[in-house]
Amino acid sequence: MPEPILDVQDLSYSFKTYGGEVEAVRGVSFNVFPGEVVGIVGESGCGKSVSAQCALRLNPEPPGFRKGGRLLYKGEDVFGKTEREMRDMRGTEIGFVFQDPMTYLNPTMKIGAQVEEVFVGRPGVSRKDAKRRSAEMLRLVGISDVERRSNQYPHELSGGMKQRVMIAMALVGGPSLIIADEPTTSLDVTIEAQILELLDGLRKKLGTSIVIITHDLGVIAKMCDRVYVMYGGKVVESGPVEDIFYRTAHPYTAGLLGSIARLETECADELKAIEGTPPDLFSPPPGCPFAARCDYAMRVCYERPAPGYDLGGGHASSCWLRHEYAAPVELRSPCAPGTVA
Amino acid sequence: MGRYIAKRIVISLATLFVLVTVVFALVRLMPGDPFSSEKITPQIRQNLERYYGFDKPILQQYVIYIGQLAKGDLGYSMKYANATVNDIIAKAFPYSADLGLRALAIAVSVGLTLGIVSALNRKKPIDAVCVVVAMIGTSIPDFIMGYVLQYFFGIRWGLLPIAQYKGFAYTVLPSIGLGFYTLALVSRLMRSSMLEVVQQDYIKTAMAKGASRFRIVWKHMIRNAILPIVTILGPITASVLTGTFVIESIFAIPGMGKFYVTSVQSLDYTLVLGMTVFFGAFLVSANFIVDILYGIIDPRIRVSRR
Amino acid sequence: MEATSETLDRTLFERVGKDRDKMESIERPNLTYWKDAWRRLKANKIATIALCVVGLYVVMSVVGPYMTSYAYTATDAKATDALPSAEHWFGTDMLGRDLWSRVWMGARTSLMIGFVATLLNTIVGGIVGGVAGYYGGKLDMVLMRIVDVLYGIPYIIVAILMMVVMSPGIGSLIIAMVITRWIGMARFVRGEVLRIKENDYVAAARVLGASDATILIRHIAPNLMGLIITNTMMAIPNAIFTEAFLSFIGLGIQPPECSWGLLAREGSQTLSIYPLKLFFPAFFISTTMLALNLLGDGLRDALDPRLRGE
Repeated sequence: MPEPILDVQDLSYSFKTYGGEVEAVRGVSFNVFPGEVVGIVGESGCGKSVSAQCALRLNPEPPGFRKGGRLLYKGEDVFGKTEREMRDMRGTEIGFVFQDPMTYLNPTMKIGAQVEEVFVGRPGVSRKDAKRRSAEMLRLVGISDVERRSNQYPHELSGGMKQRVMIAMALVGGPSLIIADEPTTSLDVTIEAQILELLDGLRKKLGTSIVIITHDLGVIAKMCDRVYVMYGGKVVESGPVEDIFYRTAHPYTAGLLGSIARLETECADELKAIEGTPPDLFSPPPGCPFAARCDYAMRVCYERPAPGYDLGGGHASSCWLRHEYAAPVELRSPCAPGTVA
Repeated sequence: MGRYIAKRIVISLATLFVLVTVVFALVRLMPGDPFSSEKITPQIRQNLERYYGFDKPILQQYVIYIGQLAKGDLGYSMKYANATVNDIIAKAFPYSADLGLRALAIAVSVGLTLGIVSALNRKKPIDAVCVVVAMIGTSIPDFIMGYVLQYFFGIRWGLLPIAQYKGFAYTVLPSIGLGFYTLALVSRLMRSSMLEVVQQDYIKTAMAKGASRFRIVWKHMIRNAILPIVTILGPITASVLTGTFVIESIFAIPGMGKFYVTSVQSLDYTLVLGMTVFFGAFLVSANFIVDILYGIIDPRIRVSRR
Repeated sequence: MEATSETLDRTLFERVGKDRDKMESIERPNLTYWKDAWRRLKANKIATIALCVVGLYVVMSVVGPYMTSYAYTATDAKATDALPSAEHWFGTDMLGRDLWSRVWMGARTSLMIGFVATLLNTIVGGIVGGVAGYYGGKLDMVLMRIVDVLYGIPYIIVAILMMVVMSPGIGSLIIAMVITRWIGMARFVRGEVLRIKENDYVAAARVLGASDATILIRHIAPNLMGLIITNTMMAIPNAIFTEAFLSFIGLGIQPPECSWGLLAREGSQTLSIYPLKLFFPAFFISTTMLALNLLGDGLRDALDPRLRGE
């Protein structure tokens, strides 16, 4: 088995706020292998962005701080690196595509200059090289008339175009890994399809690994090899896409699947929302974070965190229903009735 | 951009016109008249009134004044014998301009630096010091600041001259006294503007690209944080200008401000009117330049209208 | 990765289902906007001290002049330019008037002008800006063109001329300040109303058939209130400064009445010999402005909905 390019081991990350500590990430483990597309799915505030941003240490510190665990990139502990070493990694080893191209592009800087900025201060890249490579990359992500566009400001471009610029920015430094945080959330559905196609095409062409963070299972289905489902600062279920969709092993995942509309199948007779709201990570519950919203919750779920259960083939779930004492239940997911125990 | 400039020009001209009209009316409404205090016989008085055109109906006086104004002629002073208002302004303005520019230069350069340093060291001792200095600075009126500086550096310690304006040493106290409030104001605004920008998403993007700390601060933070500061340059110029009224009195500098206050008190109609029009034109053009400048440096305004 | 089952009791695996109480639980205290703002203002030590200082000055401006037996206008030829003593706590001026009672009478004038002028500004500017912003269209166009033109006029110059035209006094000072300063507030309120009007909840209320009055009172005003209060608070030191400035150049309050600006003017004339006479009014003007500025900052932080929960 090859070495994972990104290996997160039991990472905990918190923010100190005025009122106390917010435990955004609580013992999360995941990994990404070369050439792989990994999805992290979950609703807002589940800690998916925070854990991904740890890879480049982009969370503001303070108030953020690592509470425990490790994050290895190509075998090296990222949290052990100096600021200078981090800077050498950013943009060239790991590229980041952010959610909202409206706010993540500097409004007073020309598009071209923003892409070229990846090369500023890198030894061995001349200004001319930087310009040429940026123009090439902008063309590659589908920007036409690059000469003119490079001299424009973000507000002169459409949303989809801006997201293409963001992707060009993430890729231009030739990184081994791209982390795309909700890359299509702020875009129209048609543009979303184009952007996803673009990412997929670029991966095939350049062989980059991709981590896609999203709350949209549709995006996961289209793009990913493996998925991590996060809830309340923890990974609750993980595995190959087929396992997650067809052999669902966590009630939260089942709930997520039940809440999406599917046009192409007849089996989705009703659209089900998960009742309630995610736990407040200001003071997270001691047991399973999903217990309060879970139809199958047992007393143990409220009291103790669930251990991880290996379901074979890389599929794992943190749910007490897997325990030998628990009564077997059938998790209903809308299309393939996955069964548990 | 062309339409934007045209609009600003129309507004500026309208402002100027309203100002002249209002001030003309106010000056004529002032109680008493410039000749009443002197030993003047009714005959001389009549002659004087004819000489200054006061015997004509007020509306006609107004039309005549506007006509002269269009030619750049502000008329004769009523108190300073044989001096035209233009002469007085030509003599006094260089002092005020010099003082004002020094004060502005100190205020903007030091204020911006303090604001930036403060924001970048948020919640550290240096930030606390800057915040306290800025807070005190915006709480002390400039005339009090002027006297405080004059008293300690001039009278008590004898370090610097306290009156007149005849060389560099003479400029130090008045320009600090005049600029200190603005300095504090600029530093407060720059600090909060910086703190706002620091939280912006594009700063994270720049970080993710591996830009150096220096580059992030310079290219991304300061560049964006300074934009709102430009918009207050107009009002700042106005406040420095009114500051000269008291600072020039305190330090006995023969500038515009000192002349203005004395001419108001002695009811020198033409001088008040002339100087007000000059101040007005000056500020209106300052605002106009700032507006255009803002249009140039903020790309979001450059293409669209404001 | 198997669980250590021997430590677990079978009864723990009893099905209990969802917990409807905890499901929506929010662990933070639930407070109304104003309660929350007040709580945060109280937690801000600097703002609390500032509030106390302002309160103290207001109280002293009422009772201070009566704490000595000397009336603030009573001259005493035998005790001119006296230094502070048991008799005259702040000393006397060049006519032998007691400075303690003059300082607090001055506080009464200065504070009253500051508060009243600012309040009137807020009302006038708030109404003009609110109407222009809410109804928009031609009315807004006309009002805002007027505001655009008036905005460029240096207000202090007009205030100076108005003070000469009107007989000097508290009333004319307030009128001159309101006439020249409402414009800033009108611009600000209009901008905010426009911004709030664009929000979806206003559109929703309109679709549901809410009247203009309901929308203004229930949706726009509460969202605007915090900002208006903050802005008004920040404008008070400015008004106090303007009064002091006009009185200082001799166009505001006239003796034997007094205000802090006038006392500073009188004190400045003998600065090199009796610096204390300038010190007292200067100290009170500056500390009042400082306290009001700090209080304004505290209020801004307390009322900013974006900072809630911090």
